[in-house]
Amino acid sequence: MVSFILKRIASGISVLVAIAFFTYCLLYFSSANIARNILGEFASQDQVHAKELELGLDRPLLTRFFDWAGSALHGDFGVSWFTSEPVVSAITTRLPVTLALVVVSIVCITIVATLLGMAAAVKRGWIDRLVQGAAVVGDAIPDFVLGIVLVSVFAISLKFFPATSSISPDAGAGAWVASMTLPVIALLINGVASVAQQIRSAVIKQLEKDYVRTLRSRGIPEWEILFKHVLRSAAPAGLTVLSLKFVGMLGGVVIIEQIFALPGMGALAVQSTSQGDIPLVMGVVLYTVIIVIIVNLLVDLINGWLNPKVRVS
Amino acid sequence: MNEPLEFVGQTGTVVRSRVIAKILKNPLGLAAVIVLFAMVVLAVLANMLAPFDPNFANIGKSLASGDAVNLLGTDSVGRDVWSRLVFGARTTLLSALLCAAVAIVIGLPSGLIAGYYGGKFDGVSNWVVNVLMSLPGIIVLLTVRAAMGPSVWLSMVAFGILMAPGYFRLTRTAVQSVRNELYVDAARVAGLSDTAIISRHIFSVVRAPIIIQTAVICGVAIAIQSGLEFLGLGDASVATWGVMLNEGFKNIYLSPLLLLWPALAIGLTIGALVLLANALRDALEDAEKIKAPRRGSDTAQAALTATRRRPDRNEAASVEAGTEHHLVKVSHLGVGYPQADGSIKKVVDDVSFHVDRGEVLGIVGESGSGKSQTAFSILGLLPESARIVAGSIQFDGKFTVSPTDDRVSQARLGEFRGKRISYIPQEPMSNLDPAFTIGYQLVTPMMRVLKISKSEATQRALKLLDDVGIRFPEKTFAAYPHEVSGGMAQRVLIAGAISCEPDLIIADEPTTALDVTVQADVLDLIRDLQKGLGVGVILVTHNFGVVADLCDRVAVMQNGRLVEDGDVRDILRNPKDPYTQKLLGSMLENKEPLTMLVSAGMSAGQAIARDDERDEKEMAQ
Repeated sequence: MVSFILKRIASGISVLVAIAFFTYCLLYFSSANIARNILGEFASQDQVHAKELELGLDRPLLTRFFDWAGSALHGDFGVSWFTSEPVVSAITTRLPVTLALVVVSIVCITIVATLLGMAAAVKRGWIDRLVQGAAVVGDAIPDFVLGIVLVSVFAISLKFFPATSSISPDAGAGAWVASMTLPVIALLINGVASVAQQIRSAVIKQLEKDYVRTLRSRGIPEWEILFKHVLRSAAPAGLTVLSLKFVGMLGGVVIIEQIFALPGMGALAVQSTSQGDIPLVMGVVLYTVIIVIIVNLLVDLINGWLNPKVRVS
Repeated sequence: MNEPLEFVGQTGTVVRSRVIAKILKNPLGLAAVIVLFAMVVLAVLANMLAPFDPNFANIGKSLASGDAVNLLGTDSVGRDVWSRLVFGARTTLLSALLCAAVAIVIGLPSGLIAGYYGGKFDGVSNWVVNVLMSLPGIIVLLTVRAAMGPSVWLSMVAFGILMAPGYFRLTRTAVQSVRNELYVDAARVAGLSDTAIISRHIFSVVRAPIIIQTAVICGVAIAIQSGLEFLGLGDASVATWGVMLNEGFKNIYLSPLLLLWPALAIGLTIGALVLLANALRDALEDAEKIKAPRRGSDTAQAALTATRRRPDRNEAASVEAGTEHHLVKVSHLGVGYPQADGSIKKVVDDVSFHVDRGEVLGIVGESGSGKSQTAFSILGLLPESARIVAGSIQFDGKFTVSPTDDRVSQARLGEFRGKRISYIPQEPMSNLDPAFTIGYQLVTPMMRVLKISKSEATQRALKLLDDVGIRFPEKTFAAYPHEVSGGMAQRVLIAGAISCEPDLIIADEPTTALDVTVQADVLDLIRDLQKGLGVGVILVTHNFGVVADLCDRVAVMQNGRLVEDGDVRDILRNPKDPYTQKLLGSMLENKEPLTMLVSAGMSAGQAIARDDERDEKEMAQ
């Protein structure tokens, strides 16, 4: 078990390093006019040159990358070139909003999709047709289009919710709920549709297994067979989709956050990439990838716990 | 039942036309095709359909609503919304295709190579796939945009690279599953080159999934691209739906309709792509699939005897007087499955027998003779779609299937199953839940059925494991099913079957899946337990040797019917039915039958045809 975790962590680190290097290379080619952009058009050529030297833009790619990686290893991601705010603090003030949005959505998706998927698989009939139909509709509408519709109808026309968020670190729970409800719904529909579909087919597959018949023959109540045995074996299929959804959402919330004016990582990502603020972009990318790697590791661990066969191999 | 997917091994043109016909017959598929066709027409004929250049701005007429000149009105700088929508279709569709093309060009060949040859390339590409799939798409695209500028095409190329793992995985899995198929081996032995094998055999397998994937990816590409442009990160000089969304969102208070048109176009197009993918999947899936088997069709319902209906719990029909003492009595049982054409395929037909306490009844027959279906009717564990079409089953003087039921009443059987009727399955490994320890799977039924505590149930389970001849009960108790051998798993299942002191054990080919040496041990075990506990046993088998070894009485089944039953010694010495003679003859000479023992001079196919005829005749009556 320990060696399994270590192996996964090692592979995660290799992925992280590869992504960091690749992103740095990409950004290297975009940083041509960066000093001029920072200082504004009235700065003299000398000032620009001094700024370039200060930022180390004159040095070769590899030297710059290893410099950055060296300090990053010590937890120092530098400061934003434009605002001089430390990258770590810029990210840690915004990450909670994004994570809250994504985690709440994933938890809701998991619960709703599991119940719907199981109901569709077990009851068939109208609820099955409903889930199947909803899956198509949910797949067909991109979550940001849904977000736009929700904002225009419920926030702007009906004024049920604030059109811009009032989330701040010290805002009360009420403000969070009011600001999060619509974005979570926008993310929910699409996710529930596809995850419920996966759970449904996995449960149907498990219900056909021999061991289910044997459990029934032993007099185990049907609900226990469904929720303890069938769901456990069907869960990995749902988990895989959920983890993909999670990765997709970490990116997708960039748009959702803009629509609902949430002060999360999205705005930071958009702003830093369009300015070419290399330290900030690297920080955003690394934090996101680290979260993705942690989630994938968790999914692997849960899968191992669910399926003892995976645990040994 | 499950015929191979139609596209496998067929020539391209025939299948394609049939699949297309099926898609067009499906109303949702047809709608999808129409919408996509309309979008393609818009894109191709944009120059003719659009009255204005998409970027022509009439500043004097901004945010106007629709009139004769500007059909859908104008945006904030006076550009014609209809013209921009039409040109937007062109850019949007082309960029989606570009994304899919890039993904295919990278994913397909690498998936083929990784799946077919495996080795180092497989390892490296899987690592790359891992990297790509850990990347949050939009953030990468933002970075690419920062580095390369706001080009629609560039970002779609980048997104295509990010989407390549989808094709890679799909192709790799398909190729891996086909690579070891016998026909691919045969092609290799026949001297076909790898390229020929890949293009002929393997490509035909991945073709359909790839088309489906492409439809899905085009939808995702449109969504992502419009999303980026909606953020204002697109190329503002190119008219696309996403740019229009952005423009509309900015003016949402002034002119909400500006938002509606591009949102509608995006929603319709992506929806049509998703629906097309679904229709394609449906068209390729087994056409023989029975729709809504639960209800059956009208004819199938009509075929059921008019008096048969769903079992009702409160109904307490009493059994025929003088038969109460039988442990189980099956009378004129018929079991059938509704077919797509409305008929019912009978698998058990007019079968009657009984089992008394302490008696072992063997049900003998070949595969497909209906012996397992008969056994499952007694257990109430028939598949969902099965119907009781005739007869009744009584257990200990009470109906579990009364003469008017069309299904086994789960409520009535729930009182007996596990408690008084238990089951030993055929295949030991697949009948234990791989996710739970053997101990758990023995203890839980005892706790639920006998209502005893966990520690008491654990004590009993350990004793049971010892009773069924397992040498280290504690070790096996803690083990997972995959950690024990097939023979041990079967002993565990036998222990489970006797754990709640049943009156009747139904054993379905309990030795077939085991090694020959283990078979004898397991038969000894069943005999000893039966003698010791005095339970009734129904032993389903195809093996007369097993019958001779264990049974008191025997019933011989063929094609769903009971051909002969009686005392085991009588039947072994003096079989009356020619089928029994034939079955017995082949067994006594120590040979397994090589062909279906139907009747002499008749091929298996003819026999099935004859049975179908007979079934049809019976249905008609």
